[in-house]
Amino acid sequence: MDAIIDAWAWLTTADHWSGTGGVWQRLSEHLELTGLCLLLSAAIALPLAFWLGHGGGRRFGGTLAINISNAGRAVPTFAVLVLLTISPVGEHGEAPTIIALVLFGVPPLLTNAYVGVAEADRDVVGAARGMGMSPLQLMFRVELPLAYPLVMTGLRTAAVQLVATASLAALAGGGGLGRIITAGFDTNNTPQVFAGAVLVAGLALLVEGALALLQRLADPRRRPRDARRTPDDERPAASPGRATTTPEMETT
Amino acid sequence: MSAATAQSCLAANEWICGEYLRSRSEELTEATVDHVVITATSIGIAVLIAFPLALLARRWRLASAGILSATTVLYTIPTLAMYALLLPMFGISVSLVICGLVLYSLTILVRNILTGLDSVPTEAREAAIGLGYGRTRLLFAVELPLALPALMAGLRIATVSAVSLTTVGAIVDNGGLGNLIYAAMDSYFKAQVLTASVLCVLLAVTADLLLLGLQRLLTPWTRAAGGGRRRVRRAAGAEGRDAVLDNRATA
Repeated sequence: MDAIIDAWAWLTTADHWSGTGGVWQRLSEHLELTGLCLLLSAAIALPLAFWLGHGGGRRFGGTLAINISNAGRAVPTFAVLVLLTISPVGEHGEAPTIIALVLFGVPPLLTNAYVGVAEADRDVVGAARGMGMSPLQLMFRVELPLAYPLVMTGLRTAAVQLVATASLAALAGGGGLGRIITAGFDTNNTPQVFAGAVLVAGLALLVEGALALLQRLADPRRRPRDARRTPDDERPAASPGRATTTPEMETT
Repeated sequence: MSAATAQSCLAANEWICGEYLRSRSEELTEATVDHVVITATSIGIAVLIAFPLALLARRWRLASAGILSATTVLYTIPTLAMYALLLPMFGISVSLVICGLVLYSLTILVRNILTGLDSVPTEAREAAIGLGYGRTRLLFAVELPLALPALMAGLRIATVSAVSLTTVGAIVDNGGLGNLIYAAMDSYFKAQVLTASVLCVLLAVTADLLLLGLQRLLTPWTRAAGGGRRRVRRAAGAEGRDAVLDNRATA
């Protein structure tokens, strides 16, 4: 109980928020890093996922896209951050953090987007092609909307992963909100550690919640109501089976 | 001559250094054992808690929503913050790291146990009930074996994640191999950082392969279906029925 009261006292002290090393500065560092690296990861992962989803790289490409998430899980973020920091990359300011963040942001995006494109209903894609859609139209008007839920799941997973990784960067000497926690550990200041943890956890939950909301609001299949009801009725077994197998593997 | 060159790789602070492996083998073994103990304890406790939770969630819809959203929230919390949040409760101790890892593993395990139980074909369940199976026997002789693939998948993900997240425990001096990485960071001791990192990945891969082997042993019927994943998925119904027959033969 004391810890919560002390942490609250730490959080409500104005001095801790302003100035160099204050919460606002750390928060903006954290958001800048996360935002920049999410964009970089998406710029790398999404085109690659679409290319692989269309059969680029043959069998090997698909295996790679599916397994890269599992492989990423086995590599400790902390170890990668430290390795990059003490390597020559570490001499270039924030470079180790940015590289590490992109490395951990790409796998969830790539895997989910790949599954979304590769498993998009072949009948629908075939029908669209038969209607004379160009490859570009096909991508933007058929495949992307069909893959949308999984692409967004990937984006959410990646964003949360990046917020977490950015907080670990503090352990390897980087900036961000994690600094408040590590500084608290270094000075045996438990209230500060707890307060920092509340901030980091709050940010992660906020990002997750905001993206979940965005996903629901921007869902392309949400607008035409009648159009949505019919396909669900007509495909009783195939699509729910698919839907449960993939997200269950990827989101966890 | 060889001793001199080996010494020089430590002195030159090279990434790969045989002399480091030789002179610090004791320290490395100790850290690896610590790492395995922390991970295994956490996963063990998580499995023990996840089972009743999943069964509870299946029985009551209300509990299900609560348990699932609570574990999802826990899973969203970054590792560093999780350990820091537990600090007032446990102080600087190994229990802190274990508790954090248990909380992470719970999310994955509960979800996968539920998915596994949901995937049990209704026909299999009804056939067992028709044969006079009681609720407990139904659970242990029919539902759990059929839920095993999903359950083991969850266990593998949870274990691999736990091995990698243990390293962050270095912040409270209980990170297994993470301790070596953290200690070597300030002095830029390259050989130690790289060796500990590689050992950590090897641990994760080994654990994953062992669990995969265990899963193969426990679920021989999933191999009998043969062919690619697509065929298994399409033939899910038939496969399920075969599995029940297998079960009755062995049970």
